[in-house]
Amino acid sequence: MVNKNRIEIRNLTVRYGKKTAVQDVSLDIPTNSIFTIIGPANSGKTTLLKSINRTLELETGISVSGDISIDGKNTRKEFNVYELRRSIGMVFPLPVGLPLSIYDNVAYAPRMAGTRNKQTLDVIVEKCLRQAALWDEVKDRLQNLGTMLSGGQQQRLTIARALSHSPEILCLDEFSIAIDPVTTMRIEDVLVQLKKEMTIILVTNLVQQARRLGDMTCFMNKGQVVQVDTTEKMFSDNPGNQLTYDYVRGVFG
Amino acid sequence: MIVGLIYVCGVSAIIFVFSIFYFVWREGAPFLYDCFDFKSFFTSPEWYPTSVGNKRYGILALLAGTGSVTIVAMLIAVPFSLGTAIFIAEFCGKKTKEGLKIVIELLAAIPSVVWGFIGLMVMNPIIVKLTGAAIGLNALNAGIIVGLMSVPIIVSIAEDSIRAVPDGYIEAAEALGATRWQTVYKVILPAAKNGLLAAILLGVGRAVGETMAVLMATGHSINVPFSAEFPYFHALDSVRTLTATIAAELGEAPRLDAGPGGIFPPEGRHYQVLFVIGIVLFAITFFINITADLIVKGIRNKQ
Repeated sequence: MVNKNRIEIRNLTVRYGKKTAVQDVSLDIPTNSIFTIIGPANSGKTTLLKSINRTLELETGISVSGDISIDGKNTRKEFNVYELRRSIGMVFPLPVGLPLSIYDNVAYAPRMAGTRNKQTLDVIVEKCLRQAALWDEVKDRLQNLGTMLSGGQQQRLTIARALSHSPEILCLDEFSIAIDPVTTMRIEDVLVQLKKEMTIILVTNLVQQARRLGDMTCFMNKGQVVQVDTTEKMFSDNPGNQLTYDYVRGVFG
Repeated sequence: MIVGLIYVCGVSAIIFVFSIFYFVWREGAPFLYDCFDFKSFFTSPEWYPTSVGNKRYGILALLAGTGSVTIVAMLIAVPFSLGTAIFIAEFCGKKTKEGLKIVIELLAAIPSVVWGFIGLMVMNPIIVKLTGAAIGLNALNAGIIVGLMSVPIIVSIAEDSIRAVPDGYIEAAEALGATRWQTVYKVILPAAKNGLLAAILLGVGRAVGETMAVLMATGHSINVPFSAEFPYFHALDSVRTLTATIAAELGEAPRLDAGPGGIFPPEGRHYQVLFVIGIVLFAITFFINITADLIVKGIRNKQ
């Protein structure tokens, strides 16, 4: 299966003050696949995700060099930053239900994009909540506050919200740390379905999750890419890199 | 030992409030027992406590005066302060922020008599010139002054509550492609609404309780600035507030003890009725606080 590259990252370096978070990273992320990024804490995974949708720019004291382009368009030069963020769904590690009702949480992005029609919104909300495996639990109380759901439910709510503006790219940052294993498996199934429609980037601390889901896997350490390859190769007995071999087997990290 | 001390500190607040209320009540009570007429007290605008032949104690005009000054003050202070708080917390750069905060704190440090002076000497001629009113000392003048005085309180509490909104909310909204303004309007303000409400009510409390500045800027004349016909509210009328009445008249009112048979001499009633006004003020602030509490609790329960 040969896919064209949807996201191309070239020589990306990110510094927080004097500390280098991401150093000279170049990656090609293909369309319609799940691209997993693994690596120990502080290896720059989250920073990498944030630089793709440019939410990194909200933080103070950072300097970024290098280029990221999506479908050949440079994200910093050829995109309106809000359009860019709307085309990328983002799921953070800790669930953040906005202080709005469940319905409004999911309808937030479509409304910002100008969708006002109640029926259209209803359809979007139901579809996204179903995709995030949350619909059955909340369909009778859509007007309750999203912040009152349990942690796992809130995380699925944020996934539904990330899907609500039908993004072409979905970034998940360790989405499963606040969810029980059963729900995690359900969402993983959803992701496998979703990759037919979009490009998924999954940052995970669970090496086995990367193995289950990833088409390609990237191993990062200390801000640098150690190895990128097909997931099969990465988890094989001979990935071609001792560090990778050790990490995926839990010897190191 | 330390626990005991802390306990005393905690309880002392309650003791203070109750003893203040007790003393105010004790001074006002004879009036309430002997010549208090609920209806005329609250509905008559005739305030002649020192008339020789026909003493009348109606505080309607004073209530209306306090009300009108508070309304004008909040109309100015609420949008202005919330705007400032949002700007400081979310939009401006670090240097502007520091500068603005210092200036706003300075605003809080200006003594109220100086504000009154500004109302008397600066605002007065300006209002006369701009509106053509006969006199510039009126509800509008005092409202502007008190509004500006409430700004620092509202801004600092509102800014705190805006900054207390979890960064995650803002991050999530931004990641969904919300512009800065959409984030503020749809996420930050709803999340901070409890604090914002508390800030506004503190501002109201400040406006109701302010004395010296309104004494100097209202014109201090008995007047009900409301009418049944359009325009309903006459901001250019001179008014007199509850607090200013107490401040201006208490020094002139003799405190006389009961004569034989427990009957107070009529000249002493003025002193007592001023304390009844104190009780009314107490009730108003109590009411404001209870309302705030209930609203905040209501919001919490809904969550």
